Amino acid sequence: MLKKIPEQIKRLAIVIASLIAAVITVRYVVLPSSLIDMQFHHRSTVEREVAKNIAFAGATVCGTCHVDQMAKKSKGYHKNVNCETCHGAAQTHIENPANKPSAPRGREFCAFCHAYDPSRPTGFPQINPVVHNPLKPCTTCHSPHDPVPTEAPRECSACHAQIANIKSASPHALIGCTTCHTAPAQHKISPRSVAPTKPESREFCAKCHAKEANRKDAPKIDFASHGERFLCWECHYPHLPERSATKR
Amino acid sequence: MIDRRKFLKKAIWFIPAAGLFRHFVKEGHAKPATEGYDPANHLYGMGIDIDKCIGCGRCVEACKTENNVPKEPFFTRTWVERYTIKKDGSVEVENIESRKGKVGEKTTEADVLRSFFVPKLCNQCEHPPCVQVCPVNATFSTEDGVVLVDSKRCIGCRYCIQACPYGARYLHPETRTADKCTFCYHRIVKGLLPACVEVCPTQARIFGDLRSMASRLVRFKRTKRIHVLKAHLNTEPKVYYGNLDGEVR
Repeated sequence: MLKKIPEQIKRLAIVIASLIAAVITVRYVVLPSSLIDMQFHHRSTVEREVAKNIAFAGATVCGTCHVDQMAKKSKGYHKNVNCETCHGAAQTHIENPANKPSAPRGREFCAFCHAYDPSRPTGFPQINPVVHNPLKPCTTCHSPHDPVPTEAPRECSACHAQIANIKSASPHALIGCTTCHTAPAQHKISPRSVAPTKPESREFCAKCHAKEANRKDAPKIDFASHGERFLCWECHYPHLPERSATKR
Repeated sequence: MIDRRKFLKKAIWFIPAAGLFRHFVKEGHAKPATEGYDPANHLYGMGIDIDKCIGCGRCVEACKTENNVPKEPFFTRTWVERYTIKKDGSVEVENIESRKGKVGEKTTEADVLRSFFVPKLCNQCEHPPCVQVCPVNATFSTEDGVVLVDSKRCIGCRYCIQACPYGARYLHPETRTADKCTFCYHRIVKGLLPACVEVCPTQARIFGDLRSMASRLVRFKRTKRIHVLKAHLNTEPKVYYGNLDGEVR
């Protein structure tokens, strides 16, 4: 039987068999398992992944140096907001304090969270950036570390809540009621009998809004040429003055 | 002069001889990646509280900073979708990052039934389709339940990007390899939270260890009605959505 197979076929079979054997030995015996096993690649990937740089330092580290701000923030509505949510990644600041993290002061940044959006959950504090005290940075009225709505004095807002609400979102939000009105003590006892005073002339507004007035943040106009025949409040509602009124 | 027959006969002995040498080859025993961290003791997951997300996009920004993701809106490891369900039953989905700063001007509120934000990221599936299809074994699940990409082995064939049912992968334009959310693996092994969880101002994202009963995630899973995305695909995602609307895909 075996003799019937021609010699050249036998030789060829031996060569092929030894080639197959060689491949099998190389694959399973010679090559170290680390070359075949994916474990090795996976480990090096994990190592490379772990070695990557950290950019965000975490919620607790900041408090070790910035004790005051942390104490203030921990009592306010922003207590669960991480410092780095507003100030940006701060790991480099920890390694070298000279690398200052950013402190966003513009109106756009607060609006990322607090602009009105119908998809936002009900109850989340939202404002309309167009009419809410336009052009003033949010930090003028609200401390970002302990944000609270501005409030008119209780003794005024108890009765004049509507005016207080309107004023709280206006450029005059920080100006107290008593800056323009003087309420006699009798007004609180018997409101109708004595009315609080109101400004009577253009000069009252000019104290802030005239060109030569020393109040920096108030918009300035030339009282000689600007509507000289009229009183200011005939066009501008003092509790929600100027730009917002024209924009709406 | 050696003839061919003798040469072959002698050469054949080199093969078993090399096998002996194999035992002297030093195997690459990698030391644990971080001191005192054993991946076998952890299994990471993320919870997302739909009722809390305000769609501010801070998570997307933070992720890009932490992980060197290109700033263009097209490349994202995590993103936030706005779902708007109209009264006629139609559903509108849009990526809010692409219209940053422009809020609520498109639809009149009258015809909107409900609207909410859904943050999305890699679901770190227990049975990941992306791992199955990779032709070069470049992507794999770690012991602690995170799907990673070996960027040195990845050939950029995009098969995994096609295979992912959640659209969580993208091709990194600089490395030309597939990239995806790693739960900030370099942070979590050091005990830090992923960057997106760190910066979320409303705690809409909850990160934790599924193996630890004390973790916030396990508590979140216990107290909320939990859904996962595309449960019918049997990928067993490890990103759990609390109070998710049925319309979300």
